[in-house]
Amino acid sequence: MDPAWIDAALTSVRPRAVAALLRYFRDIDMAEEAFQEACLRALAKWPEQGPPRDAAGWLILVGRNSGIDRLRRTGREEELSDDLPASVADDEEAALVDRLDESAYRDDILRLLFVCCHPDLPATGSIALALRIVCGLSVPRIASAFLVGEKAMEQRITRAKARIAEAGVPFETPGPVERAERLGAVMAMVYLVFNEGYSAAGDDRGAREPLCREAIRLARLLLKLFPAEPEVLGLAALMLLQHARGAARLDAQGKAVLLDDQDRTRWDRASIAEGLALIDKAIRHRRSGPYQVQAAIAALHARAATAAETDWAQIERLYATLEQMQPSPVVTLNRAVAVGKLSGPAAALALLAPLGARLDGYFYYHGARGAFLDQLGRAAEAREAFTRAIGLAGSAAEAAYIRQQLDRLVAVE
Amino acid sequence: MLYAILCYDNEEVVGGWSAETEAAVMDRLGKVQEGLAARGKLGPVARLMPTTAATTVRKGAEPLVLDGPFAETKEQLLGFYIVDCETLDEALQVATDLGRASGSAGAHEVRPLMLYRPGSAGAG
Repeated sequence: MDPAWIDAALTSVRPRAVAALLRYFRDIDMAEEAFQEACLRALAKWPEQGPPRDAAGWLILVGRNSGIDRLRRTGREEELSDDLPASVADDEEAALVDRLDESAYRDDILRLLFVCCHPDLPATGSIALALRIVCGLSVPRIASAFLVGEKAMEQRITRAKARIAEAGVPFETPGPVERAERLGAVMAMVYLVFNEGYSAAGDDRGAREPLCREAIRLARLLLKLFPAEPEVLGLAALMLLQHARGAARLDAQGKAVLLDDQDRTRWDRASIAEGLALIDKAIRHRRSGPYQVQAAIAALHARAATAAETDWAQIERLYATLEQMQPSPVVTLNRAVAVGKLSGPAAALALLAPLGARLDGYFYYHGARGAFLDQLGRAAEAREAFTRAIGLAGSAAEAAYIRQQLDRLVAVE
Repeated sequence: MLYAILCYDNEEVVGGWSAETEAAVMDRLGKVQEGLAARGKLGPVARLMPTTAATTVRKGAEPLVLDGPFAETKEQLLGFYIVDCETLDEALQVATDLGRASGSAGAHEVRPLMLYRPGSAGAG
């Protein structure tokens, strides 16, 4: 039996197994340790015996038994929850799996993810915790993705766990309203994980890109739990469509390449096809939402064979819809870009004018303004805007792109 | 005799492959396929998208459209069609029409293809 296969299998069942163990032990550390123990057992047994019929069920059972043993050894039996079934032998696996029906799994996994996005935690703490506990990424890998030292990351995760232990894990089975609220928080966290990876550029990209893959994996997991939830379909579609453009977003020198200038043959067609299939499914429900609208915008870009064929009128309408759902100056800025394509730079600048106060510290605002001013031939103002943008650039790739615009302006004069 | 060979595996494991692993596996499979094609023995090859992209149409007087793959174990896989449709709705309509025509119970799962290569086996 291929060790790589066992590794992949352990990773794929991890969220489900850790989630069930969290329900039993009501403690993240215990659930994690129990799962680790079960994995060690699997690595010892599966190569000879072959994998069990239900890998998740096997790991839950073995992990649960090892956790109970640990509690007994330390005389902490009273900490066991009522949910914990009486100890059974490994060969009763099938019976146990029958008792763990799908709806319990669903709430288990949702709870595990929801615990990671506790409101007391800073966003970075949530993401790190989810990557460690749910995705099973090692601390060094998470640390390199966040560009911090291993020790600092270890502390960040420990602090996050302590916060959650203080606050208490919500164990009751959620009602429909609560379930929807949890799902909303979890989706936001998954998209944050994605953006941590997606916003990376240059040298960081290699270390952070796996975060995009993890986020997509989490979205697929959510989709299996909530197959008919259009916003989950929208979120998964949005990330697949954005991720498809990953390879084309930077040039050989690591400089950011604007959507209009990207080599579309480098877009990942399989990822685009899957994203489009999911957004088609979402739209059938006729219950729109912000993720679906953003995915629909990404889909219009993906469907355009060349930048010139982009349906900017439809994109402008979708941004207007998004503005109503989630009013934000950043959304308006995006709409202004679409307006610029449709009605010219003067109309776009007019739309940007009232945003100045709120977006003054935002790289893309000054970058877009500079581009519109440049198109109108107002070179001095354009240069001023681009200079502001450079000062706010979040990465070397962004700064390099703006510097190129500045150089061009100087050359024209 | 024409045979259909249906591929079963854990999609979470397969979906978690790195780009390099994916390319290496496809390369190895491609070699087997090339050998078959050269002998005129290869029919269509299709790779399905993940089950999360599936929609199921339950047969019946009022056909029921459900998100997700066909999940019951009481029925068996008896056949499949590959149809070229502009939209998901069009494909679901085809599945509904087929369900009505069969007049039987069961379901049709509509799953987009990730890869499709028409072959030549059985053409003569």
